[in-house]
Amino acid sequence: MSKSSFASRTYRDDAVVLRTHKLGEADRIITLLTRRHGQVRAVAKGVRRTSSKFGARLEPFMVADLQLVSGRTLDIVTQAVSIGSYGEGIVADYTRYTVAAAMTETAERLTDVDGESATAQFLLLVGALASLSRGDHAPELILDSYLLRALATGGWAPSFTDCARCGAPGPHGAFSAPLGGAVCHDCRPPGSPAPARETMLLLAALLSGNWQVADSSDPQHRKESAGLVASYLQWHLERAVRSLKHVERV
Amino acid sequence: MYEGAVQELIDELGRLPGIGPKSAQRLAFHILEADAEDMKKLVTAITTVKERVKFCSICGNVSEQETCSICRDPRRDPTMICVVEESKDVQAVERTRSFRGRYHVLGGAINPIAGIGPEQLRIRELLNRLSDGQIEEIIIATDPNLEGEATATYLARMLKTIGVTVTRLASGLPVGGDLEYADEVTLGRAFEGRRHLS
Ligand SMILES: [Zn+2]
Repeated sequence: MSKSSFASRTYRDDAVVLRTHKLGEADRIITLLTRRHGQVRAVAKGVRRTSSKFGARLEPFMVADLQLVSGRTLDIVTQAVSIGSYGEGIVADYTRYTVAAAMTETAERLTDVDGESATAQFLLLVGALASLSRGDHAPELILDSYLLRALATGGWAPSFTDCARCGAPGPHGAFSAPLGGAVCHDCRPPGSPAPARETMLLLAALLSGNWQVADSSDPQHRKESAGLVASYLQWHLERAVRSLKHVERV
Repeated sequence: MYEGAVQELIDELGRLPGIGPKSAQRLAFHILEADAEDMKKLVTAITTVKERVKFCSICGNVSEQETCSICRDPRRDPTMICVVEESKDVQAVERTRSFRGRYHVLGGAINPIAGIGPEQLRIRELLNRLSDGQIEEIIIATDPNLEGEATATYLARMLKTIGVTVTRLASGLPVGGDLEYADEVTLGRAFEGRRHLS
């Protein structure tokens, strides 16, 4: 391989580590969501050895400025400089860890085909991981807010006020995941859940990032909204997000 | 694609960890061309291991008997348990000669994305071992990486309510790696300087 061809295949980008797999003796395959190159799968050589130059910079939930060399099937990470080490703040609390896993798995699913919204998804995930690591809000609220906004960014924006089908001004008393959120009396499919008014307000707050409303919500409404968010996510992603069932809800 | 038996061998080898399609093919052709006696030895070794080696009913370590040699050894300190992810980590800690208690092998680390929650690990078995009140200290020696730390956090929280001393290997271990790659001196030192979690 000539030096110039190596150089031409080298690129640099910010990335958040979504997950890692062991490869061979001491390597890992790192699934990354990058700022400009969408989802990337790359090999980190020797990263499992305790003498690795990468240290903890390629662990899940970490954000780093990476240098990569593109390959035929997998790229190779050659350098990593830490930008945000959120892992430590996340693993110190088990609930945060389960929430972070559900967020990164969702991000992986939303960006594996859709490269268009990747930059927005990258920024959204990094913001959510930072907030989770700092403990800004209850972990389950950060999760549900992230899920709703990630879906909206992916093109499935729900409505929690006006009817998602006919647009009739809300608030409405029924919820339909297939139709896209709140539905009016005329549009509601039979058997649609009828959440509490406060739950719908909480969902709208989580989607818009109105933390004042979200932080002051009651446990029962958080629980109800979590169920609706999960059903909405499930409907749009087809396959289940398996981390979601491991999320601890207080 | 190759004919029947060869392809079948390639497929089986390809299911082993760390073996890609190319390596599987290379191994298959090596086996095909190798001395028949040598290959019989390999087959026998695999058969024997599958027939004879099981997991210790107490600690989960690999064992040729119902319980492993460490659990059976009366000279081991019955008041301490070192919790590790895999059997190979037991070997790594044994090499340091820093630990004289017994072990508990979890069978992995908590990793929700891979579908592994606390229920998929041997955590209930660990709790059962604590019921007789003989254990005074639990040393958590999961890998010094993210999944290992999260597993330690989970265990510490759970064990806090039981009133047993819980310690974690000193953070002198480089973060991000596997325990099995830590050299004996570093790992030994990590044992000496373990810190209290609860
Ligand atoms: Zn044993």
